[in-house]
Amino acid sequence: MAGFDKVVSSYEEAMAGLTDNMTVVAGGFGLCGIPENLIAEIKRKGTKGLTLVSNNCGVDDFGLGILLPDRQIKKIIASYVGENAEFERQMMAGELDVELTPQGTLAEKMRAGGAGIPAFFTATGYGTPVAEGKEERQFKGRDYILEESIVGDFAIVKAWKADRYGNLVFRKTARNFNPMAATAGKVTVVEVEEIVEPGELDPDQIHTAGIYVDRLILGNFEKRIEQRTVRKA
Amino acid sequence: MALSREQIAQRVAQELQDGYYVNLGIGIPTLVANYIPEGMEVMLQSENGLLGMGQFPTEDELDADLINAGKQTVTMATGASIFDSAESFAMIRGGHVDLTVLGAFEVDVNGNIASYMIPGKLIKGMGGAMDLVAGADNIIVTMTHASKHGVSKLLSNCTLPLTGKGCIKKVLTDLAFIEIKDGKFHLLERAPGISVDEIVKLTEGELVVTGDIPEMKL
Repeated sequence: MAGFDKVVSSYEEAMAGLTDNMTVVAGGFGLCGIPENLIAEIKRKGTKGLTLVSNNCGVDDFGLGILLPDRQIKKIIASYVGENAEFERQMMAGELDVELTPQGTLAEKMRAGGAGIPAFFTATGYGTPVAEGKEERQFKGRDYILEESIVGDFAIVKAWKADRYGNLVFRKTARNFNPMAATAGKVTVVEVEEIVEPGELDPDQIHTAGIYVDRLILGNFEKRIEQRTVRKA
Repeated sequence: MALSREQIAQRVAQELQDGYYVNLGIGIPTLVANYIPEGMEVMLQSENGLLGMGQFPTEDELDADLINAGKQTVTMATGASIFDSAESFAMIRGGHVDLTVLGAFEVDVNGNIASYMIPGKLIKGMGGAMDLVAGADNIIVTMTHASKHGVSKLLSNCTLPLTGKGCIKKVLTDLAFIEIKDGKFHLLERAPGISVDEIVKLTEGELVVTGDIPEMKL
């Protein structure tokens, strides 16, 4: 790599330095916009004891779900889980620590983490199990709870297009948590469908600036659909 | 007769107004989209990052990168916009969504709602529900009035862990349209053919009935 060129040529290189017990922040919503090949690389490496921060945990044989059979995930911070049988088994058996977090709070934890904000007050979760053990405060007569932000040792991100400098463009609702995840990693690794030369992307249309991106790799994607719903033409 | 799922959706749709930005939860609330009155413009917000959700795609339109909050494939309506999850919840938490419709297990006279967790059963999570109930001012909860065994879900105190505290003002059940204020349920309308007595019997929390209660018009 030279200068601002973030491109790496192998998935091994992309995830180099990930070791046991690290925290990984991941983009994606359901199976949409997930860094599927980076997840597959974590499985191949066999890294264990990971804390995953992701809206969901994939399905049995795709997405983050593939890290479950070898017990690679110690803890997951997510808003909605349980779309797979092995997850349910490990959660019920107490083998997997699950911290359920409201979706907007999860997004804001990543955003704030990436922006250097250690914590924020939100009305979301006040008076619910989510508020347990958290500081409460009133502003203008309304109750809020204090939520701490998250920064991962690694962030794994899926974008549509990038230039070699790591400027990113996302596509449709595959954007979801990816831009926040990109800001919230000490090492941010992005996989994309197309890499172009610097200058080829319109600066006004870039969703995530290359400053957040450490490594960039070109991938092939299955893009599995979780709930295929169609109408007749 | 108690309202069907479709009839509940139909009645909720009467609360829509031209130019509304609306978030519909999973289940009955999703059906509301089928009853948007002719000539009215409503934009649907999907919390995974889409404002202006269209209908389901044809086989040709199918796109793995375009889904709704229920993870179903969708299309975009004309004038749609796409944004990330933090932005999506800024809209929700910042109170920019005009109407939110979502389901629940229980509500109570203080506007508390329980909708995501039954202790002892598998807990899948709250998704965006806690953000929606805390952030929106105009919320309609759709639910059945009582369990199959006749146990009321409109209570003096929710028994299940809460999704939100003091945030619900309107509830539409299969039997009644109810407003919550001053720590009481207030009966606004009853389902066609359902008597006030039947509703009173199946409402555990204090229910105020003032004057003649009109039947819903569907």
